[in-house]
Amino acid sequence: MYSKREAVGSVTLAGDPLFGGGVDGAVVLIVLLKTGVAFAALMVSVLFMVWFERKVVSDMQNRIGPNRAGPWGTLQTLADGIKLFFKEDLLPEQADRRIFRLAPYLSIVPAFLAFAVVPLGGVITIAGRETRLQLADPPVGILFLLAMSSVAVYGVMLAGWSSGSKYPLLGSVRASAQMVSYEAALGLSMAAVVLVTGSLLTSDIVSEQSRSIVDWNLFRLGFLPFGIFLVAATAELNRPPFDLVEAEQELVGGFHTEYSSLRFALFFLAEFMSTVTMSAVMVTLFLGGPSGPGPDRGFPGAFLPVFWFLAKLMIFLFIYVWLRATLPRLRYDQLMDLGWKRLIPLSLFWLLVLAAMILDRRYGFAVFGAGILLGLLLLRAVQVGQSATDDAAGAAPAVREAG
Amino acid sequence: MSAFLRGYLSVLVFGFAAVAMVGAMLGAGRLLRPSRPQPQKYIAYESGVDPVGTGWSQSQVRYYIFALLFVMFDVEAVFIFPWAIRLEALGIFGLVEMLIFIVILALGLVYAWRKGVLRWV
Repeated sequence: MYSKREAVGSVTLAGDPLFGGGVDGAVVLIVLLKTGVAFAALMVSVLFMVWFERKVVSDMQNRIGPNRAGPWGTLQTLADGIKLFFKEDLLPEQADRRIFRLAPYLSIVPAFLAFAVVPLGGVITIAGRETRLQLADPPVGILFLLAMSSVAVYGVMLAGWSSGSKYPLLGSVRASAQMVSYEAALGLSMAAVVLVTGSLLTSDIVSEQSRSIVDWNLFRLGFLPFGIFLVAATAELNRPPFDLVEAEQELVGGFHTEYSSLRFALFFLAEFMSTVTMSAVMVTLFLGGPSGPGPDRGFPGAFLPVFWFLAKLMIFLFIYVWLRATLPRLRYDQLMDLGWKRLIPLSLFWLLVLAAMILDRRYGFAVFGAGILLGLLLLRAVQVGQSATDDAAGAAPAVREAG
Repeated sequence: MSAFLRGYLSVLVFGFAAVAMVGAMLGAGRLLRPSRPQPQKYIAYESGVDPVGTGWSQSQVRYYIFALLFVMFDVEAVFIFPWAIRLEALGIFGLVEMLIFIVILALGLVYAWRKGVLRWV
């Protein structure tokens, strides 16, 4: 499943080589340049994602989709954005004004910031300075990603709460419970990546996977953490089939019902930006980031790694559109069951199996067997206890929980 | 500025760029968009009819249990990440200790499950 890695002597704190020789004018200029490039790349990819989603979904539904603005409708997003500039901005009378205005910021800025730690390529040289093709490489890269995905909850939650209206309130309450439920599973599958890498730096995580395709965490961790992360990330993003936060048929527009004009556009932008960012995070954590499928040493050049990165990113963007076009929305109890009764126990179990495997293969199998045995016993205990309570309470046994 | 903090310099710049973009967009929108206030426009949306009661209604209390359970697992993550980095240095001792820790937490989850807390009614 993976090779036993050599013991890590000390936790590395070395981040971007750019800051090795202190901060001077040239360094600040390079930082500004990188910021500009990353900013533009993110904005373009968001515009692309909106168009891509509409085009692919319409293809899957036998429609043509946007085809007026620009070639193949590629400028449709821009046209929609410009339209929203000219719409009247309404602030509901019962709203908590300050928080109502703050919420769009809280929802869009974390999506930006999470993208900052995603490695797009290896080390390149600009004006005699070596720097990574990655905006920032802080020592706690992965925790930073986790923190940003948590902060995004506030944007959705406060937007709904501050509207002073019923549908948004329901949407925001759903959002907080949903995102909180899946964040545990998200964190635990990230912990599995940290376990085999032995580092929190995102650059270490991709260089650890760069040797060959079998070193990608997708294979090394045995698929399960990747699957859990994909499901939990979809729930964190409130993308279909986990879009209970918006749920047009039940809640009108969910948390952003009362938002209009540009503030609505910002939520829309934030949602698609988070999708792009989360896909980039998945590429980084599980698919080797900018490394190609063949054996390569580090990330030579600037073009090829970025190409591979974008190719992998496209896979996830397509998966998200595909999910949206295919799956019906979950019911709320199904959502909670999936999170708490399947994903969290499963990811805890797999984390321990992986840890034991790293130390010694025999321990790994022992933990695997013991875990399955214990899991079955506990499941049985829950069922027996449940039916005992149901009988005692005289409840109809037909509505008992399955599994 | 220490080397530890220098890594965040770009993050900070990027964060400022994001806030500036949002601010600039909202500022430009303020200049461009019309403003024709009518009292009906500011009523909370409730499927086209006049809203009943206040918009600040109360939400169900059952949501708080999930928040409590989340705190449990979030604190767990605080312990798991440092352990995951140093696993090989800690060896078998670390593994057994984490096994015990996670089993205790899993028992808590099973207890909540058994009590029907996780059942959505």
